[in-house]
Amino acid sequence: MEWSETAVRDELRSFLEENWDPNAELLDWRNKLVDSGWGMPSWPERWFGRDMPQSLLSVVAEEFARIGAVSVARTGIRLLAAETLLAHGNDAQRERYLRKILTGEETWCQLFSEPGSGSDLAGSTTRAELVGDDWIINGQKVWTTSAHHADFGLLLARHDWDVPKHQGLSYFILDFHQEGVEVHPLKQMNGHASFNQVFFNNAKVSRSDQVGENGDGWQIAMTTLMHERRNAGNIFVEARRRGDFKGSIYEQEAEENKILLEPYTWYPQRAGRVDLVLPRAKATGAIRDPVARQEIAKLMIMSRCAEWTALRARAAQQQGQPQGPEGSLGKLAGSNIARQAATVHTLISGVDAMTAGEESPESGIVAEILLSVPAISIAGGTDEIQRNIISERVLGMQKEPRMDTGPFKDVRKS
Amino acid sequence: MSTFAFTDEQLQLRESVRRYLTDHATVSRTRELMGDSDGFDRQSFQGLFNELGIGGVHLPEEYGGAGLSYVELCVVLEEMGRALYPSPYLSSNVLAANALLLTGTTEQKAELLPLIASGARLATVALYEDSNRSDVANIEQIVVGGSFTGTKSFVLDATVAECFVVVAREGSDRHNAPRFWLADSNDPGIKCSATESIDSTRRIGSVSFDNVSVERLGEAERDLTRFDKFVDLASVALANEMVGGAQWLLESSVEYANSRVQFGRPISSMQAIKHKCADLLLEIELAKSGAYRAAQAVADDDPALPVYANIAKAAANDAYMKSAADAIQIHGGIGFTWDNDTHLWFKRAKSSQVLLGTSEIHRDQLLERIDFLEAD
Ligand SMILES: Cc1cc2nc3c(=O)[nH]c(=O)nc-3n(C[C@H](O)[C@H](O)[C@H](O)COP(=O)(O)OP(=O)(O)OC[C@H]3O[C@@H](n4cnc5c(N)ncnc54)[C@H](O)[C@@H]3O)c2cc1C
Repeated sequence: MEWSETAVRDELRSFLEENWDPNAELLDWRNKLVDSGWGMPSWPERWFGRDMPQSLLSVVAEEFARIGAVSVARTGIRLLAAETLLAHGNDAQRERYLRKILTGEETWCQLFSEPGSGSDLAGSTTRAELVGDDWIINGQKVWTTSAHHADFGLLLARHDWDVPKHQGLSYFILDFHQEGVEVHPLKQMNGHASFNQVFFNNAKVSRSDQVGENGDGWQIAMTTLMHERRNAGNIFVEARRRGDFKGSIYEQEAEENKILLEPYTWYPQRAGRVDLVLPRAKATGAIRDPVARQEIAKLMIMSRCAEWTALRARAAQQQGQPQGPEGSLGKLAGSNIARQAATVHTLISGVDAMTAGEESPESGIVAEILLSVPAISIAGGTDEIQRNIISERVLGMQKEPRMDTGPFKDVRKS
Repeated sequence: MSTFAFTDEQLQLRESVRRYLTDHATVSRTRELMGDSDGFDRQSFQGLFNELGIGGVHLPEEYGGAGLSYVELCVVLEEMGRALYPSPYLSSNVLAANALLLTGTTEQKAELLPLIASGARLATVALYEDSNRSDVANIEQIVVGGSFTGTKSFVLDATVAECFVVVAREGSDRHNAPRFWLADSNDPGIKCSATESIDSTRRIGSVSFDNVSVERLGEAERDLTRFDKFVDLASVALANEMVGGAQWLLESSVEYANSRVQFGRPISSMQAIKHKCADLLLEIELAKSGAYRAAQAVADDDPALPVYANIAKAAANDAYMKSAADAIQIHGGIGFTWDNDTHLWFKRAKSSQVLLGTSEIHRDQLLERIDFLEAD
């Protein structure tokens, strides 16, 4: 059907009027959202959506915000999992997993990076062997965000060592609730421990939890990463300010957030907290310092122009132009902005920039910014990898000569 | 432009200007014109009016314009910047036309704008003087009793202009904002001389006025924010021209890198080169977004225009200059030769970077206008 803004608003309003109850059980409400298609309206009708164009999602969000209605669960990797299953999963998998992703009952993580394969994701050496009706998994993953809260993981592993590396990979859904899976937290330079090491010791994946066919792993992982890049920066949902809205459902939501958002509390800081710059510059008087002024203005210009670039990309897509490389451009812009923001926060703080803790600038937030920004240009694909993607796919520049094209077992490893 | 996307009509306009300039503004023709005393091709310039009908893109139809918006004007300018088209279009059809449009009385507009829009009269704005080389607002020269004496510098296309819009304060209220005044180039008190510029594709000159009688544009008691608006509009126009040039530099660098082979492979397969180009693309895309957004703000009469104008010019300055410097580096030794075209755009980048405010000036002003930034 053709959607218009008024049609969306009218239909959604009447749905919310009839169903929204701030004292409902969180789970009941989310199931209602899933059944109605108002949870993920841009998804296909068959799978809990309404086939609505992306361009109208902001209208939906506005209507939810207007009355403080709680949305489906969005925090973390869950939507990457859902999008990947929508694109490559089979109906049984969609049936089994999508609903509980959206209700928040089940939490996911991304088991891609390994000690020996980070940027070079296709170099995975986690072993998958089919024995009877189960895949037996052995090996190790690392930097796995939120694995300590996960029920399931998106797993990339190797089933064939005799073919070139991209061809020997398969993609699985790994259940964390089993003996063969061990999760060890990893402490980060900013003191948090939001990522983990995950060890597989004869872990099992039922055959029915393989996504796609043998050898499809690389292509499916690309889908996941494309969604990750596109969502860079808003993969977590900041605890919404509920302000004046009251009801027991918000208490349940807050309880859930306490757990699900725990690994992401420092994510706003790693993006540089541009929002704090002007208030801090005014409060400290740095706004009158000629050097600080220049750096602050550079930051404002960069971040404004990046916002407008994202809007241009979205508008182009709405006009039916194909999805471009904006994800990579946006991710690179985000790194530049975060680094410039760290420079500016340092200029504003002066010698106080070396202090941490409650007594330090913004009660420790500035210290956390300075110690978290280095992650943004690594996580989700490094800046260098984004530059490779941009130069090759957008600008049409040549690929580097490769040294890893033969059978994977013969390729040099660290 | 629906704020963030060009309409089909705007894309068609871009296409037709690009086609025209591909035919009429070849680099070899531009190189010939660099040694010409006027510095532009009268025939191809006249074609902008007769064939393309873009003499008054953003001027109202009653004044001989096309009645389109500043966005369309900026589309045209971006294409001219890309092609490095040497012409008095910026000085006459944009800057002088803007001054008239912003401040002229109905009669003044009706008399002059149609002449400018049809290419029958070349006008330019005489803005810079010794006191305001870095801050254009710092005008000290005055008009006393309808007569002006003083020397203006960096006047675009000064030697070909037939009419000057002089920026000066009114002697009787010199604390108020600068005003705009009309002077005819035939006045015996006016002497023009060309100033040598590193950028021979954009001509500048010095104009001395000795007791020249001038006519005030507009009424005596008019809105004094017009001067600031004139400067903002000029910055937005120039920024759009600049991002076109930056884009050309990137494309030509990528093309060269794909064809140049060293160490048995194209240099475009080397990361030091690829990553430079990726960074340029990002910087140019951000600068385009700034330039386009500011153009839209002019069209919408958006109160945030002053802030957007600063953003647009600062971003365009940095992106164009970086593209120019990197383009030469990517070309290697050949990039430093006269025969290679890169330096022509490099020189335009340099002259545009300092015209109407360096990045430092725009960034500083942006923070002065900070309340605007926060309110929007
Ligand atoms: C906060 C955080 C959260 C993360 N969460 C997850 C997660 O949930 N799940 C997950 O699977 N992974 C996660 N990661 C891992 C992340 O994706 C990898 O760290 C990243 O892809 C880089 O891999 P690497 O660490 O092995 O570095 P390497 O690949 O060894 O890179 C080292 C350096 O070499 C450069 N380099 C490598 N290859 C090239 C090349 N071809 N060209 C140019 N330069 C190159 C890199 O840019 C980098 O500077 C997370 C990382 C961080 C920091």
